[in-house]
Amino acid sequence: MSVRRVKLCVFAACLIPLGLLVWRAVMGDLTANPIEYITHRTGDWTLRFLLLTLAVTPLRKLMGWSQLASFRRMLGLFAFFYATLHFSTYLVLDFFFDFELILDDVIERRYVTAGFFGFVSLVPLAATSTKAMIRRLGGERWRSLHRLAYVAAVAGVVHYFWLVKIDVLPPLTYAVILAVLLGSRVWFRYTNHRVGRASATGRDRGVPTDADLAG
Amino acid sequence: MLIRQAPDIRSSEITPERLYRNRRQFIQGASGVVAGALVGGAMLGRYGGLLRAQESIDNLKQSPLSTDEEPNSYEDITTYNNFYEFGLDKGDPARYSHEMSIDPWSVRVEGEMNKPAADVALDDLLRPHTLEERIYRLRCVEAWSMVVPWVGFPLGDLIKRFEPTSKAKFVKFETLHRPSEMRGQRGRSLEWPYVEGLRMDEAMHPLAILAVGMYGKTLLNQQGAPLRLVVPWKYGFKSIKSIVKMEFVEEQPRNSWNVAIPNEYGFYSNVNPEVDHPRWSQASERRIGSFFRMRTAMFNGYADQVAGLYDGMDLAQNY
Repeated sequence: MSVRRVKLCVFAACLIPLGLLVWRAVMGDLTANPIEYITHRTGDWTLRFLLLTLAVTPLRKLMGWSQLASFRRMLGLFAFFYATLHFSTYLVLDFFFDFELILDDVIERRYVTAGFFGFVSLVPLAATSTKAMIRRLGGERWRSLHRLAYVAAVAGVVHYFWLVKIDVLPPLTYAVILAVLLGSRVWFRYTNHRVGRASATGRDRGVPTDADLAG
Repeated sequence: MLIRQAPDIRSSEITPERLYRNRRQFIQGASGVVAGALVGGAMLGRYGGLLRAQESIDNLKQSPLSTDEEPNSYEDITTYNNFYEFGLDKGDPARYSHEMSIDPWSVRVEGEMNKPAADVALDDLLRPHTLEERIYRLRCVEAWSMVVPWVGFPLGDLIKRFEPTSKAKFVKFETLHRPSEMRGQRGRSLEWPYVEGLRMDEAMHPLAILAVGMYGKTLLNQQGAPLRLVVPWKYGFKSIKSIVKMEFVEEQPRNSWNVAIPNEYGFYSNVNPEVDHPRWSQASERRIGSFFRMRTAMFNGYADQVAGLYDGMDLAQNY
């Protein structure tokens, strides 16, 4: 199967969570509190896609699957996509532009602040995800900017921790996975792990190649 | 009850669940018909004795304390529940609470009272009381709310029967603790059994009721069958479910949520839009079934009736 075809399949798979939400909405199966349900599901998937995105590089290095790099942008953009749905749900469905309540919420509720911060830090990443933007910024600057992905993921996990009533297991699970993913980066740095010739393309410094972004 | 269940083997272990549940439903349906025929006109508005899940309760007295707001649907009220004894998900109580057997049921009443401590069978506990419909707002500490047409009777009427002494400053309640039938209790999300309490004057307030039904039917297990507290001016977690113990005590009891996270949940837990949960706002709420958020009212809209209970108290300190 060509990379292009695999990408199409992955793209379709990334839309499944949204499809399930729409399906449940059509079936009237979003629980007694649909807005809360939509908020929670889109939030879950934002975190999952963020972690998947951050798993690409360690997996690629560990398993030597250089092809994986070409999926990173798509996964990252899906993280942003679900984050946007999550934020819109909050803004439109939950508070319906009641800015008095929203302002009170964003400033005074640390979990909302953390979530908002995480969302905002994803915006420049999505905006600079094109080939043209990578060239304009230059590999090094682009790479530094895209370290914001770590910030967004940490903010997302903290956001989750601060909003649960007592059940810390789900956010703890995300935290452990995130810790492993971030820890692996430190480990790779100190063991100076390289994957064959790929390093010559700049991949190992975290900048995608044209080939990664093709298709 | 003439025939006791053998303690070591339950029918659920032998008979496929679907079959025995169907059978139970049939028996319930049949006993409902029989009970209806027996009760007849002689017991109008009185508790008829054979209270079983999903039996209808007829001839309810209507209460002037009811709100005229539209109650939430039966389905919403019975599928969206917090009852951590069965799991942390809102759907868990509806999914798993059928594992709890509520028959026979008795309530241990003890403490600072003139009457001797006793295990009171549910039938005996309810018999003297006239059941009425009380349509109340219910505000959860998680900032959602519902309107529920409870069936119950004033808690104060029950308390008087046991003649609490002057040392009885608080009433403490406990939920059933039976991990074999309440899967949430096998984990440690909260300390079990669940404990709640009221100050004596709160407990005697006419708005505080013990509920046995909803929408004219007996409670489902996920709602805290067969007997639960309803205190409409406090956050929902004060309204303890499936009560097996009531104790008159001198010291303020420590309620479960206060034990779990003391800086977030206090003893009083009055609905108060001015005093936020440390991590989220209590200024507004989502009424289940409606699109727009609404502003939360002081004491959940019952300020006229209950504000006097807290005269001179700092409600930010006593959250």
